[in-house]
Amino acid sequence: MDMKATKKKLGMKERYRALTRDLGWESSYQDKDAIFPYVNYEGIKVHDWDKWEDPFRLTMDAYWKYQAEKERKFYAIIDAHAQNNGHLNITDARYLSALKIFLQAISPGEYAAHKGFARAGREFPGVGTQVACQMQAIDELRHAQTQIHAMSNYNRYYDGFHAFADARDRIWYTSVARSFFDDAMSAGPFEFMIAIGFSFEYVLTNLLFVPFMSGAAYNGDMATVTFGFSAQSDEARHMTLGLECIKFMLEQDPDNLPIVQAWIDKWFWRGFRVLGLVSTMMDYMLPKRVMSWREAWEIYGVENGGALFKDLARYGIRPPKGWDDAEKAIDHMSHQFMLGLYQWSFGTSFHSWIPSDEDMDWLSAKYPDTFDKYYRPRWAHIKKLKAAGTPFKNYGLARLCQCCQLPSVFTEPDDPTLTCHRETVYKGEKYQFCSDGCKDIFDNEPEKYIQSWLPMPALFSELGGDVGAWMNWVSLRDGDDNGDYDGSTDQKHFNEWRGLATSNL
Amino acid sequence: MQIDLRTVAIEPQRNAFDHLVRRFGDKPASRYQEGSYDIQAAENLHYRPTWDPDQALYDESITRIVMKDWYALKDPRQFYYSTYTLTRARQQDTTEANFAFVESRGLAAMMVPDLAATALKVLMPLRHAAWGANQNNTFICGYGYATVFTQPCMYHAMDNLGIAQYLSRLGLLLGDTEALEEGKRAWLDDAAWQPLRRYVEDCLVVRDPFELFVAQNVALDGLLYPLVYGRVVDDDFAVKGGSAVAMLTQFMTDWFDETRKWVDAVLKVAAAESDHNRAQLKQWIADWSCRAAAALVPVIEIALGVQADEAVAEQVEAFKARIRKTGIDL
Repeated sequence: MDMKATKKKLGMKERYRALTRDLGWESSYQDKDAIFPYVNYEGIKVHDWDKWEDPFRLTMDAYWKYQAEKERKFYAIIDAHAQNNGHLNITDARYLSALKIFLQAISPGEYAAHKGFARAGREFPGVGTQVACQMQAIDELRHAQTQIHAMSNYNRYYDGFHAFADARDRIWYTSVARSFFDDAMSAGPFEFMIAIGFSFEYVLTNLLFVPFMSGAAYNGDMATVTFGFSAQSDEARHMTLGLECIKFMLEQDPDNLPIVQAWIDKWFWRGFRVLGLVSTMMDYMLPKRVMSWREAWEIYGVENGGALFKDLARYGIRPPKGWDDAEKAIDHMSHQFMLGLYQWSFGTSFHSWIPSDEDMDWLSAKYPDTFDKYYRPRWAHIKKLKAAGTPFKNYGLARLCQCCQLPSVFTEPDDPTLTCHRETVYKGEKYQFCSDGCKDIFDNEPEKYIQSWLPMPALFSELGGDVGAWMNWVSLRDGDDNGDYDGSTDQKHFNEWRGLATSNL
Repeated sequence: MQIDLRTVAIEPQRNAFDHLVRRFGDKPASRYQEGSYDIQAAENLHYRPTWDPDQALYDESITRIVMKDWYALKDPRQFYYSTYTLTRARQQDTTEANFAFVESRGLAAMMVPDLAATALKVLMPLRHAAWGANQNNTFICGYGYATVFTQPCMYHAMDNLGIAQYLSRLGLLLGDTEALEEGKRAWLDDAAWQPLRRYVEDCLVVRDPFELFVAQNVALDGLLYPLVYGRVVDDDFAVKGGSAVAMLTQFMTDWFDETRKWVDAVLKVAAAESDHNRAQLKQWIADWSCRAAAALVPVIEIALGVQADEAVAEQVEAFKARIRKTGIDL
């Protein structure tokens, strides 16, 4: 540590206390409830904020020093990557679809987390909690910025990146991630911590982050993998914060248990739905695959998640309610989602494609119980249509789930031949859902979810169903950004440029 | 003669992201621009906050300042995370060297005991004032609108925390844990500190992010930093043989010089936007700086005694001149 020894030798913990925890005081000119107005309405009872255990003891001098070191390395590599046409080292430009989705849907989530943690870093009445949240707030800003910077060079050469800020607010599939983060931010500070700090950062982050960054490494994307390595130590801190937070809530009062359990149920399912995008990336979008979605789920979901919930059982916490339904969906979701993306590819600012025979053999091997039985025949049919010059396109609008905002492409947990569909009538209006998990979430907080901004109906009400006008509105350039990778500008350019770089023609 | 290395030349397809081309024209964008403009969600927000359904998730109308485009409030330092962190890490090296210098040469022990005691008396309660500043800047970052305005507030909040920690280290060095305890006691109980504590606590219930920016960053810090770290530490203590203290608070002096440029730039652009803004800012600055000056008199008295009134009055004049340069006639 940077802190020099003092006359009285203070231990790490006392020193950190003196430098951080001791800075706060009990106000007397203003009422505590006026200073921290949002900390009670969720029903979480905290009797003693001093019982908060600092998940990491990092003072600002050390923070600046360590982070600056990482920043120096990161930008040195990003600069070299840009200068030396590092983009030509990726396995294939199909890989970029995964990056485009990341920049449009996930990086804005990092920014939302930044804002959310800044709010939490102000609204909690305990100094230890506040400082931990503030550090995460500034880290999340770092992640949003380093991701944009890492992908900026790709934008100069490839389609689909240029309008990420417009896509974030307007295009249909980004509202899956956007509604997730909006949901967390519109919740109170404690629920926000369970949503982002615990569910997202602790339970789900390995399923998002590890496959993504490993995918980048496997596919020669030096820029993204550098970001991944650079963010790893931040993520480790964030995970310990998420875990400390949940333990703190559970230890403070037994009445907190049912509230926390309900949030875990909700946010597990919300997060699981967002991960639908990751499953598709892992199984379909990486030219060189790291592992299947199923394998990732076994390691990071079943093993790690299982151990976590075993650990939390002593507080009375049980695994999330949707866990079994999730398990049943694992062998299906990536296929169902990629089939959906392919048929709606006219409306995506990234490319999708029909898997090659080799790809399909890999999928059969990884999904022996489901791929050949349910999904290979559908791809074969789509392939035949394409060969016949009548490619399969669905210009009809997908029915979106009122909660997770994904198109209802998923099947019943116990019947992969039947599309899952649920509805609720609330105040005379009918609302549609993709699953029991999403319907339950709505039913618990209908006043919140009736506000969901659904991008498909918006296309009709605002633009009269005019697809061209919609493309302009979302800044999607028809024929460049969207459609099949096969025949795309990205494909043409990548092959041309790689030829320039690797041969003498 | 320059010989260029030969590389494979590939023609880029575009210069920058669409939203940056719309703002700055069709040319390559800087990393500050990429990391700061339009990265906050702006449209089609899904839900109203359950903690206050009257406001939107990102809401321009929770402050009385009105901007056509909040992204006009550019940070002249063009700090994004990387440049911010690198700058502070360099300053941290200097601070570390200063602490090491003072410690290794026993400079603290060489100070006249009275002077060391006065330094602690003035500086230790300010740990808590800095923590209040951290709270307020975290708030502005959390609830303010547009990244160019809010991200410097996050950096500022972390700086406030860093300053509170440097002060704590100073206290441990000069007076051990007792110095910190005594400082906290004074902050809570001594009459001299009550106006300032009241000011800070009153700020903690202000929920207009821009008013809070004025109350904390413009008014209070605009007077406190030059008075305490300039007039008291750098001038008065140094003359009396207390340069060691000035070495240990060099960060604060440098930091204030750097950050006031950003604070002034924000005021200038916001005031130039409309008469409404200018009038509102003028009123806030007048009210809060008047209170801040009054709250600082007993604090400065600890070091300067009867000269405190004059020192504060001088600084108030300098402050007014500074504010006038931003187009607000105080």
